[in-house]
Amino acid sequence: MASLDRTARSFLLSELVGGFLLTLKYMFKPKVTLNYPYEKGPLSPRFRGEHALRRYPNGEERCIACKLCEAICPAQAITIEAEPRDDGSRRTTRYDIDMTKCIYCGFCQEACPVDAIVEGPNFEFSTETREELMYNKSKLLANGDRWEGEIAANLRADAAYR
Amino acid sequence: MDAIITFLTTHWLGQAILILLQCLAVTVPLLVSVAYMTYVDRKVWASIQLRRGPNVVGPFGLLQPFADGLKLVLKETIVPSSANGVLFIIAPMLAFMTALVAWAVVPFDDGWVIADINVGILYLFAISSLGVYGIIIAGWASNSKYAFLGALRSAAQMVSYEVSIGFVLITVLLCTGSLNLSKVVLAQSGWFFNWFWLPLLPMFVIFFISALAETNRTPFDLPMSEAELVAGFHTEYSAMTFGLFFLGEYANMILLSALGSVLFLGGWMSPIPFAPFTWVPGVVWFALKIAFLLFIFSWTKGTLPRYRYDQLMRLGWKVFLPVSLGWVVLTAAVLQFGGWVPKP
Amino acid sequence: MLLQAIAFYVFAAVTVASGTMVVVSRNPVYSVLFLILAFFNAAALFVLIGAEFIAMILVIVYVGAVAVLFLFVVMMLDINMSKLKEGFLDYLPIGAMIGAALLAEILFGLGVWGSGASDTVQAFNSAGIPPAAIDNTRAIGQVLYTQYFYLFQVSGLVLLVAMIGAIVLTLRNRPGVRRQRVSDQLYRSKEETMTVVKVPSREGV
Repeated sequence: MASLDRTARSFLLSELVGGFLLTLKYMFKPKVTLNYPYEKGPLSPRFRGEHALRRYPNGEERCIACKLCEAICPAQAITIEAEPRDDGSRRTTRYDIDMTKCIYCGFCQEACPVDAIVEGPNFEFSTETREELMYNKSKLLANGDRWEGEIAANLRADAAYR
Repeated sequence: MDAIITFLTTHWLGQAILILLQCLAVTVPLLVSVAYMTYVDRKVWASIQLRRGPNVVGPFGLLQPFADGLKLVLKETIVPSSANGVLFIIAPMLAFMTALVAWAVVPFDDGWVIADINVGILYLFAISSLGVYGIIIAGWASNSKYAFLGALRSAAQMVSYEVSIGFVLITVLLCTGSLNLSKVVLAQSGWFFNWFWLPLLPMFVIFFISALAETNRTPFDLPMSEAELVAGFHTEYSAMTFGLFFLGEYANMILLSALGSVLFLGGWMSPIPFAPFTWVPGVVWFALKIAFLLFIFSWTKGTLPRYRYDQLMRLGWKVFLPVSLGWVVLTAAVLQFGGWVPKP
Repeated sequence: MLLQAIAFYVFAAVTVASGTMVVVSRNPVYSVLFLILAFFNAAALFVLIGAEFIAMILVIVYVGAVAVLFLFVVMMLDINMSKLKEGFLDYLPIGAMIGAALLAEILFGLGVWGSGASDTVQAFNSAGIPPAAIDNTRAIGQVLYTQYFYLFQVSGLVLLVAMIGAIVLTLRNRPGVRRQRVSDQLYRSKEETMTVVKVPSREGV
């Protein structure tokens, strides 16, 4: 009897039909993919995206050219040159990040004593040429001005866990 | 107006123009449906895998096939230096042409057929057996291991499954008593359960599975299995030469779906033979039936994994051949002793 | 009529030309491809005289099956063609003689057909079928399954014997070969082959 049952099943292609019904059922389930440029997934406040150099609320740049980020950078993507400014404070004259080298480990923002260099929430900074990924100080400061709101909110949200 | 009709029907030049127009009337919708078949394919697989599929180019991604086509046209055709130049170029043309030529005998509606010849089924069978050549020649002319192995696989597979398709055709023509495709359709008039799919259900299943093998579709897409052969027989092809293979493959799929709906799903017949349904033109029913079979093609690709090559051959020669041969004998016996032999 | 004549001469010329190319071309793959072209044009000639059934069978059997196998074999051979072509002229007389013999046979056959003495012609005449009223598929069937029924069966038997012969020659039963048995695999059930064991933690199975 059992063998008859098995033979009947194999001739009626029962397993095949079962598989087809399963895929038919899945066809009408809601999609799990996001419609990316129009829908985006949630980001953690700790998300490490594009770098930015922040300023104090009065417009003074935070970076004091301690070069801790340059020292800790495992990919050696950061290059800093510094000189005393006219008012005697120590400031960078050059702050370059090679984004093609960067591994987005976040060590630079951990090392920074004044929260000047941070990795912001932006991950959509692809470019058409390689040169555009060699970020200099003005680009990083511009990033800081552009993303200050989000970066400050993220830092506040994460502060409780530090 | 009358003068134009007389010119088109009597003068030899007029007749030639008429034939040309008929060919265009078949080819252009065919190519458009090939384009949209690629779109539907991708949408169906996407929804089976809970994805969205193409949705950026045009509304709902409807212009995606044309964008892809444009890309293929604009790319550079590369002929490998060690390839056999002439045959390398001829092969994709052959593959594409055989897929188009076969449409000459397909009846779209009562009397809507370019060449209403007496041996329509045999013609289709002959043309589909020619499709192998495009692939073999491509594989040989490419002068590449992957292409050659893919071509050998493809050719062996198509030749094997043609045998069972042949027996399926014989069963159908036993039931209709004619090789003319229009007469095959007319023999199935009436309700949808009068069509041959129900009385010949096992043959319909065998036909469909053989059609999958014949068009190198999943689960029988071994000739182009990416994991082993890169892209099979069209590994070395690029741009529009590849595009022609692609078009030919999809046109073949649509052709076999059309053949399936002529043989088993009553061609242009409406499924319910009374008023509101018979007002719908036959072409629409025919297109709907083809679309249904094509949907099953895509659905299969979304569902089944790939066969191993020896399993493929085992299925063709040890399962389908005996079963279809047995059904031919059975059908003939039932027709003979049941007194249902069709009158000439 | 003019169109038919033009078509006939085109197809005939291509048939003869590709037939010649089969013999003279240097590459065996080209030879097979030209052979296919010749078959195809011969089929077109059959269509021109109204024998569409034979034309289609020619394409299906010779182009679709036999020539594919030819092409298979020829493509996989790695032969040195210049060496093979060396004796071309030596074999020319024998080839010419065989060709002449075949031609004579065809002419002889045509002569018999023309004189109306052949059985087939008489069969057609006695059946009294007007040629236009019946399509040639039916005509062939009526002669093949009645008058030539035994010959038809015998030719089927010959093919069967050939097939069995080929299988006997190539079938080997080697001991110790492990084979996949598909039916066994399909008939395995979950209950027979799988047990679910609850493993207590820190103790193992």
